[in-house]
Amino acid sequence: MTDRVGLVGELRAVVDPQFVIADAETRRPFECDGLAIYRQMPMLVVLPGSADEVAQVMRICHRHNVPAVARGAGTGLSAGAMPHGEGVLLGLSRLAAIRAIDPLARTARVEPGVTNLSISQAAAPFGLYYGPDPSSQIACTIGGNVAENAGGVHCLKYGLTVHNVLAAKLVTVEGEILELGGPAQDAAGYDLMALITGSEGLLGVLVEVTVKLLPTPERAQVVVAGFATLRQAGDAVERLIGEGIIPAGLEMMDGLAIRAAEDFAHAGYPTEAEALLLCEVDGSAAEVAAQIARVDRVMRSFDPLRITVSQSEAERAALWKGRKSAFPAVGRISPDYYCMDGTIPKRELSNVLEGIARLSRHYGLRVANVFHAGDGNLHPLILFDASKPGETERTEEFGARILELCVKAGGCITGEHGVGLEKIRQMPAQFSDAEIAQFLAIKAAFDPTGALNPGKGVPLLAQCREYRAVSGARF
Amino acid sequence: MADLEAQLAEQVTAAAAAKRPLRIAGGATKTAILGRAIEGEVLAVGGHSGIVSYQPTELVLTARAGTPLTEIEAALAERGQALSFEPPHFGAGATLGGTLACNLSGPARPWGGSIRDMVLGVRLINGQGERLRFGGQVMKNVAGFDVSRLQAGALGTLGVITEVSLKVLPKPQATMTLVEESSDADAIQTMNRLAGRPWPITGAAWFDHRVHLRLAGEPEAVQAARREMGAMAEGDESFWTELREQRLDFFRGAVPLWRLSVGSTAAPLEKGQATLIDWGGALRWLRGGEAAHRQDQAAKAGGHASLFRGGDRTGEVAHPLPPALVAVHRRLKAALDPAGVLNPGRLYGWL
Ligand SMILES: Cc1cc2nc3c(=O)[nH]c(=O)nc-3n(C[C@H](O)[C@H](O)[C@H](O)COP(=O)(O)OP(=O)(O)OC[C@H]3O[C@@H](n4cnc5c(N)ncnc54)[C@H](O)[C@@H]3O)c2cc1C
Repeated sequence: MTDRVGLVGELRAVVDPQFVIADAETRRPFECDGLAIYRQMPMLVVLPGSADEVAQVMRICHRHNVPAVARGAGTGLSAGAMPHGEGVLLGLSRLAAIRAIDPLARTARVEPGVTNLSISQAAAPFGLYYGPDPSSQIACTIGGNVAENAGGVHCLKYGLTVHNVLAAKLVTVEGEILELGGPAQDAAGYDLMALITGSEGLLGVLVEVTVKLLPTPERAQVVVAGFATLRQAGDAVERLIGEGIIPAGLEMMDGLAIRAAEDFAHAGYPTEAEALLLCEVDGSAAEVAAQIARVDRVMRSFDPLRITVSQSEAERAALWKGRKSAFPAVGRISPDYYCMDGTIPKRELSNVLEGIARLSRHYGLRVANVFHAGDGNLHPLILFDASKPGETERTEEFGARILELCVKAGGCITGEHGVGLEKIRQMPAQFSDAEIAQFLAIKAAFDPTGALNPGKGVPLLAQCREYRAVSGARF
Repeated sequence: MADLEAQLAEQVTAAAAAKRPLRIAGGATKTAILGRAIEGEVLAVGGHSGIVSYQPTELVLTARAGTPLTEIEAALAERGQALSFEPPHFGAGATLGGTLACNLSGPARPWGGSIRDMVLGVRLINGQGERLRFGGQVMKNVAGFDVSRLQAGALGTLGVITEVSLKVLPKPQATMTLVEESSDADAIQTMNRLAGRPWPITGAAWFDHRVHLRLAGEPEAVQAARREMGAMAEGDESFWTELREQRLDFFRGAVPLWRLSVGSTAAPLEKGQATLIDWGGALRWLRGGEAAHRQDQAAKAGGHASLFRGGDRTGEVAHPLPPALVAVHRRLKAALDPAGVLNPGRLYGWL
């Protein structure tokens, strides 16, 4: 057993005592992230005020052999930031300074607790912005974005987090600070920035991140088209890409999602449609004018019920608002919802959606689908009521079946939300034991005692065997 | 067009059992450049070749590691697509696997990404001869650690790459090259300033008193950007191929070639004609000079120096790492190749 009193004393010697939180009431808000069906009270919550304090806290935890779980804003959707019962929940929210913006080099050096959107806001006066734009961007932190390799609705053209970060400072499990990457386009030795991105707090704690900034497009316009069938919308996506158009964003919603979003955001979506496409193009004014004409022509060739091209920034924002608030909108039509995050080859969309519809009937639970259509990232939202006995378990099982469906279609179990605790059981559906063993060896190379975010991201081999036996999977 | 993965895995297993070092070779176009000269039994990946799948509307191509770049580029061109990272070939036999292992990307790199950016997944043989798959054939995949991108620039020391899935992109409809007389210092300013404008730039280099810019995209957009950029002369498109393949005069001769990857805004590293600048300022090529001096110049400019071609290739050719990162590199190498048989010493003498 850990000497909790002794630990608190040591931590309060390095971090402002009010930010070493031991009482239950103040610890409570940290018991879960955005996936609230998984909860665990941490032994302690510590909110360090500097990178150096993070390093000292890690040294103390290391000495006491206490697990540490990093947390940004807690908007994660895979229980990645859910605390450990005998561990320290290390909140990075106080490290929220934008250290430097270099407009000529187009970079920003920031602390990990800075929110995604505030980077773009700080860069805006220089005609620059930060590319990846998760729908949670008002709240989520850059540290959490790097840890999850977060995407956004514009990542088909501008890439994921991994394509937009240059350097990071990482505190190791022993409390040492590593400097990874740099202002150059590549670094000497192994590409540790790539390895750290998406590592879900399993390899170290990010205490500083340098991101690339992009020039703000001169113009952006969005075409929104409603279709009678999902197949028409899917075919339109295929044609757009086939014609060599790479939209800045290309999103699809199904009927249930359209109606929920319209009720919530009054974006002007055609509620009679069963599929909605949002296709945004951006760049110089000349480029946008040329591409919008092509997009409009392609969309029209698939007989849309209604088609709108934004004519002003206000109209563009309104049209996006429906899509960007799709999750909370669906949250209003059901007591609870469970957001899945599989990816599939785009050509499999109709098959996978049919499969999901079948499962929906089987489990007696409704599903709304939101789809990053450009890059095949599907977010089925399962509607359920946690207060009904057994319904949460049924929902989880339904979700697991959806992920297996994605793997079978040639895709994978998570496109941007991470494995966390939630999808650890599906890891053996995507990876062999040898592959999992390789992940574990990489984990041990950074964290030999397994004290960083234990139980998340990568299952133990014994668990894999158990999951395989239970699901009767043939992997 | 053969699937040799099982044989390759057997050879690795046997080598690991005997602790016998292997030297991985694809098209053998890069044996004498980039890494250190090493000994070892040859593991020939070149025969493991062929495009496995290509779905233009998925923007994804999967090919075996030994597939020649020329074959991949021809298949893409037929469907109006291309490799956005514009890989250098440095010879007729250049393969996909070697390009990833060396993380080689051409002039478009700051805009079109690197091969590291475009990799979606790999098949890999680790140092124990196990056949593994990481990533996938879809645009987004965050399950497990990103072992695919970790291969970029690892020079085969973390696994034998046997298959690669890549994101591919449409070929731009129009391109235009613009040229202007400029000093190196002015060129660095110009290239960085223009890169911060929302124009379709896909190349920016300085060489021989001239800054070269490339625009690519919709014809209207290229024309509009050209008008905004003022009175620059139109230049020859072939400049970019000559630059990429290192066939410009600057690259001739046996004097050692240094590659300095630095912050794009770093001031000129040397006076006079000794430098060629690519990647909008982020890549500086220099001839000759002492290693310690080159490393110092690169470090001060926020980057790293490597002896790209020529010179003594039995000593260290890559930029030295701080002790904390040396330890991480050793442990990672041991995690993927515990017997230390995959290209030992190719990246660093101690690795
Ligand atoms: C309404 C809604 C919409 C969303 N939309 C998107 C979307 O469009 N795209 C998308 O990708 N995601 C989306 N998400 C998911 C979530 O916002 C992202 O995963 C985000 O990156 C998490 O950031 P966070 O700061 O909240 O991290 P947290 O939830 O606090 O943590 C997430 C993980 O990162 C680790 N971590 C956090 N900070 C650090 C650090 N400094 N060092 C090391 N590890 C750290 C944690 O341990 C945990 O494993 C959405 C979530 C919600 C609720």
